[in-house]
Amino acid sequence: MNKQDKNPGNNRENLIKLENAGLTAEEQQLFCDAVPVPYEPYSLEFVERFHNWIRANSLWVLAFGTGCGAIELNPLMTSRFDANRFGVMMRPTPRQASVLIVAGYSSVKTLKRIIRSYEQMQGPKFVIGLGICTINGGMYYDSYNTINCLDRYIPVDLYITGCMPRPEALLAGFMELKRKIKAGECDGANRYVKDFDWYKANQKKVIKKWDMPDYNW
Amino acid sequence: MNWALSIFYYIVTVLVVLVYGLLLYAFIAKTMARVQGRIGIPIYQPFLDIIQTYGRRTAVTHGYMFDLGPVFRLTGGLGTLAFIPVIYGSEIFGNFHFAGDLLLVMYFIFFGQLGMALGAGESGHPYAPMGIARGLAQMTAFEVPFALAVIAVFMQYETASITEIVAAQQGSIYNWTLFTNPFAVLAAMFAFLGMSMYPPFDLVTAPNEIPIGPPTEYHSAYLSLLQTNRAIFAGAKLVLFMNLFFGGATNLPIMVLKTWAIYMIPVLIGVAFPRFKVENSIRFFLGVPTLVGIIAVLYMQYWGTV
Amino acid sequence: MGYAGLQLVNTMFMQELCERMTRQFDCDQVMHQKDDLSFLRVDRDRLESALMYLKTHEGFVHLSFVTVIDYIEDGFFRLNYMLYNYDKATNIGVQVDITRENPSMHSIHHLWAQGWTYQRELKEMYGIDFPGSPRVDEEFVLEGWDGIPPMLREFDTAKFCEDRFAKRDGRESQDIKQTMRDNLYPERGES
Repeated sequence: MNKQDKNPGNNRENLIKLENAGLTAEEQQLFCDAVPVPYEPYSLEFVERFHNWIRANSLWVLAFGTGCGAIELNPLMTSRFDANRFGVMMRPTPRQASVLIVAGYSSVKTLKRIIRSYEQMQGPKFVIGLGICTINGGMYYDSYNTINCLDRYIPVDLYITGCMPRPEALLAGFMELKRKIKAGECDGANRYVKDFDWYKANQKKVIKKWDMPDYNW
Repeated sequence: MNWALSIFYYIVTVLVVLVYGLLLYAFIAKTMARVQGRIGIPIYQPFLDIIQTYGRRTAVTHGYMFDLGPVFRLTGGLGTLAFIPVIYGSEIFGNFHFAGDLLLVMYFIFFGQLGMALGAGESGHPYAPMGIARGLAQMTAFEVPFALAVIAVFMQYETASITEIVAAQQGSIYNWTLFTNPFAVLAAMFAFLGMSMYPPFDLVTAPNEIPIGPPTEYHSAYLSLLQTNRAIFAGAKLVLFMNLFFGGATNLPIMVLKTWAIYMIPVLIGVAFPRFKVENSIRFFLGVPTLVGIIAVLYMQYWGTV
Repeated sequence: MGYAGLQLVNTMFMQELCERMTRQFDCDQVMHQKDDLSFLRVDRDRLESALMYLKTHEGFVHLSFVTVIDYIEDGFFRLNYMLYNYDKATNIGVQVDITRENPSMHSIHHLWAQGWTYQRELKEMYGIDFPGSPRVDEEFVLEGWDGIPPMLREFDTAKFCEDRFAKRDGRESQDIKQTMRDNLYPERGES
């Protein structure tokens, strides 16, 4: 896979390659080893503001239930809560989604899938941590198999606390996310790229079986 | 009329049909939401979605065919539209009609799907070839009644020009193909159900089993192109069916009314039926609809009146 | 036949069954937990034949589950094979004690095909080996586990979490009973 670069000025960092040490030599041929680079916003400010307004009003949520909180996502589309009216839509594939909701506890095994899905999403991308378990572990704070602080592994734009938060809380969270996107405060993808080494070190500390590329293009 | 002007008129037609197709999609989504007791998406939501996907900062390509897939798809949509007179007798919406345009339009309907199949096949996602295999199999099946219906229309009007077919239907509602050749219309409407991707025949994108089929790996600007084409292609197909079977349109409000009514047929059938499997779908199209198509041709051969 | 009648029949059936088993397989302990639930303890090497007998002759055709209890103070694991009889609607648990050093047990996947799944889980969570069981060495739930099996009682979960996962400051734990009494039901508080 090649990477199509909208910002050709950043190409110099592409000279450094990822190691992809977790893959066999044969698999390394199949995966892209380019280092992700941060992306600048549009040079004209009003264009960027316009696009932020559009992004805020067309939130495509990845339909990926990571924990018990996924059951709170389903009522969102029903006639009682109807998230469609706020421009929130479910997309079945990470390539097309722009919002990842980590719903509740995430075990180490799920964290691996969360990272893969997050990296395959195309920026700008936003992460909502739903439930107390994503903030400090919640009732699973001393479990041998669940992570405690989600923002050490992927950049989180918004936390919604509770165990579990009701769909109303999730809708309020969407409103807050929209406000932050319109204000231009959600640059999680760029933070992820800038602190790439820190995030990868944290991820590899808990995920011992690292049989995927270092960045899933 | 010189070439520059007609190309300008064509661009106007494309933009009108694009806006109309997106509004139609939003309107139907809104209607269904109201039926379910929801408020539903804002009427301008499809426009926001297109700009949103276009405004993504990153894009990943999987190869040249992957890049060309959406381009082929859009070419199919634009090509289909280019040879269909959207409004009969209008200079602006007349497009590049010529003596044999119906044959070319039938090729263009296929063209986009094949291009998309090549592009999605290179994306490497296992769901993409599954969706393509289902889509091409089903398309081959519903193409049979559709082709039979079009042959019956050829025999009836003894021409392959859409403009002349529309002209022959003017004057009275009883001149429509719907009344002069009902079997052909029935066969073609069966095929239209298959074309329009609504529930009994939406197994190509089947969101619950093969997430969304061929466009699984398409994102950012690629997806933006596909969304654009979806609106244009839907509009072009509706206009084609309106021209062939429902008397065409002489002005824009009539066109909007008739295409909306035609569009409601698959929507209403879609909300009432669950999804077919691919083998059921193919058997269905090769059964009753094909039989009706054969009857339409025989009817025109032996009892038809021109 | 009413419920009481069924109970009586079950009780008699279970008592007779346990007596037969004790004679045949030399069960050293029999425990009647409820009317329709009894536990037998058999020798390690007689387990397979006992289970085979129960399955083929006594109608216990269903393997409900296989569990293990870690008796770390006494130095053994106690395996529980829970069987169910559809005709008599009764459960029987067959228990085996195995030593904690180099724990290994005979595989029962040839009696019940689902047995190997339980054995794979026990291998991963407790480190009990089942030689000959299919795929028993593959990882079951955990991916890339690199310590001692996590369900063993000598595994210190709190310390493991402290080493492996980051803690966020500001978290405080409360005594649940006291908190509920103070905040939710103050009028119902006991002394």
